[in-house]
Amino acid sequence: MTLQAYLTLAAMLFCIGLFGVLTRRNTIGILLGIELMLNAVNINLVAFARFLGDVSGMIFTVFTICITVAEVALGLALVILIYRIRRTAVADHLDLLRG
Amino acid sequence: MAASGNFALWAWLAPALSFVLLSLIVPLRRSGKPAAWLSIVLSAGALVAAVSAWRASVPDMARRMLWEWIPVEDGVLTSVGVLADADSTLMLILVALVSFLVQVYSLGYLADEPPASLGRYYTYQSLFAFSMMGLVLAPNFVQLFICWELVGLCSYLLIGYWYTRPEAARAAVKAFWVTKAGDVGFLIGIVMLWSRTGTFDFSELFEMAQGGSDALPGLGLVMFCIYLGAAGKSAQFPFHVWLPDAMEGPTPVSALIHAATMVTAGVYLLFRTAFLFEQTPEVLAAVGWIGAFTALFAATLACVQQDIKRVLAYSTVSQLGYMMAAIGAGFASAGFLHLLTHGVFKALLFLAAGAVIHAVGTNDIFGMGGLARRMPQTFVVFLIGTLSLAGIPFFAGFFSKEEILGATWTGGLTVPFVMLVAAAFLTAFYMFRVVFIAFMGAPAGAAAHGSGHRGHDAAHAHDAPAIMTVPLWILALLAMIIGVGFARSHPEAEFVAPGWLTPLAVGVALGGIVLSAVVYALGWISPAWIFRRLAVLGEAAMERFWLDDFFALLYRRGILELARIVGWVDRYIVDGILNVLSAWTLTAGDRLRRIQSGQAQDYVYGIALGVLLLMVWMRWPR
Repeated sequence: MTLQAYLTLAAMLFCIGLFGVLTRRNTIGILLGIELMLNAVNINLVAFARFLGDVSGMIFTVFTICITVAEVALGLALVILIYRIRRTAVADHLDLLRG
Repeated sequence: MAASGNFALWAWLAPALSFVLLSLIVPLRRSGKPAAWLSIVLSAGALVAAVSAWRASVPDMARRMLWEWIPVEDGVLTSVGVLADADSTLMLILVALVSFLVQVYSLGYLADEPPASLGRYYTYQSLFAFSMMGLVLAPNFVQLFICWELVGLCSYLLIGYWYTRPEAARAAVKAFWVTKAGDVGFLIGIVMLWSRTGTFDFSELFEMAQGGSDALPGLGLVMFCIYLGAAGKSAQFPFHVWLPDAMEGPTPVSALIHAATMVTAGVYLLFRTAFLFEQTPEVLAAVGWIGAFTALFAATLACVQQDIKRVLAYSTVSQLGYMMAAIGAGFASAGFLHLLTHGVFKALLFLAAGAVIHAVGTNDIFGMGGLARRMPQTFVVFLIGTLSLAGIPFFAGFFSKEEILGATWTGGLTVPFVMLVAAAFLTAFYMFRVVFIAFMGAPAGAAAHGSGHRGHDAAHAHDAPAIMTVPLWILALLAMIIGVGFARSHPEAEFVAPGWLTPLAVGVALGGIVLSAVVYALGWISPAWIFRRLAVLGEAAMERFWLDDFFALLYRRGILELARIVGWVDRYIVDGILNVLSAWTLTAGDRLRRIQSGQAQDYVYGIALGVLLLMVWMRWPR
């Protein structure tokens, strides 16, 4: 397997995640999209670490996974709170910051 | 000695205290009568102090009390204080006396006013007394100018005292405008004088003037500018138009401001700075000619007026012309003397006219008639004032008027002299016209002139209450005392008048009285016949020689049009540019606002698109 293949996979995964973030109407779906994008980055990091023979990329990935877990926990908590307050978790309805 | 300055200072500050108390303590001012009494008591104090200052003053010795005022880098630009000498303290007495008597008289005249208005009236009166005394005692041009403007303000406020009447409000604005036109010249003159000499102080200027005309080059224009201010204040032709209209104010105000004191400020200014005017004979000649012309011109106008106060107003203009003529002839002290005597008897005439108006309820002399029997006291004092004004011997105006005639003759102003003699004839004529129409004859019907708004008319008139008649008698006695006193021993004139002068002056005055008697008392000649004979002149006089119309035109076509143009430019060009800019900003902001949708996903779109663009831009082959 060449590096090219890993990078292509990562790019596709990133685009799928971005598409999810941009198009999902449900907030939880948006969070899932963000997860995909982060994991695409992780694939990139691991691939480069492997092909360059440098473990620091992998260590970075471990950090990223930890932070991702925290982010998901926080994000889901926010979604639950917002659902309790606004009685909705649809992103289109959450436009309090409209100018 | 120095006490003279102290007394003068006390006299000056007494009305200031009254004004401060009345203006700051609102309940006191709105209480009416107590406010009036406070003002009257303090002005009585001012009168006592003024008399003391005069008694303590030494001839040819000025007492100065100065406080440094505007400090500049090296020294003091100007000071404030009092300059008390024999002349200024004499003028101070006149101001304090007339002010005091008028305030007492007003208590009766304005008895029907609501308390709040009465308090306002006395507040203005106090401010006026303070300003006028400051003007009289001013040791330099700056203080004089400030007080000059303050008396102008008081004049405006008091003419417009009955401000709900449109004529009064208009007359107040007119007086303010016309005098202001002269004041601009005055201010320019003062500043120009300062730029040449570096001082505003009278004493320093006097020392410079001692050095002769070489010491002060180019003084002519400066002095003419200063004269413009005096002409505006003292109602000289063509600035006289405001004074007759100023009669819309209460009659005591006319007596104080528009007869005895403020309008004479211009004459006083010229008298005070005579040492400067002496350096510029050409300006002095102009002063003399304009003064004499004003005297004659206003006298002709006085002959056709029907309003008793307007007759007196034109008479004041005419007498101010006399004073100016004397100063123009180079004998300022003659003008000053007439200023003092005129202040007494003209205040008397105005207050007597006020008593008549108070009783009859109209200003129209044809709405009066036969008042001599019903108001004997008022008639006697009015007659004393009239005889003084006409220049009959043993009355106040006789000596000072003759001195003015002598001054103009000696000063070589022959044509002005003739004008003044003619004016003297007319003066006697128009004053006795008033006496014969208003006080003699049959009383006019009550309904004739829409009078009687107070339920009064000529048939049921009676003398005013004591609070009004006592000031009248004081002034009348003063006019007599001055007249008799001058007849016994008069101040030495600076010139020798020709021997035929006294018979001429008395003859002319008697001639005027006789003509008036023939026309109005005996009815041998009908006034209409004279009027037809002088068709053009008479009509012109009725129309006030169209000068008021001319000024109105100037005001309406000139100043108001200019104001309209300036207003248009301001509204549509200056404001317009700003309005367009602000409108654009608003629209742009409103449009930009919409990109803030508040949808997190839209922002992510923006970020993604931005990143994409950045990447394309980075990889773009170049």
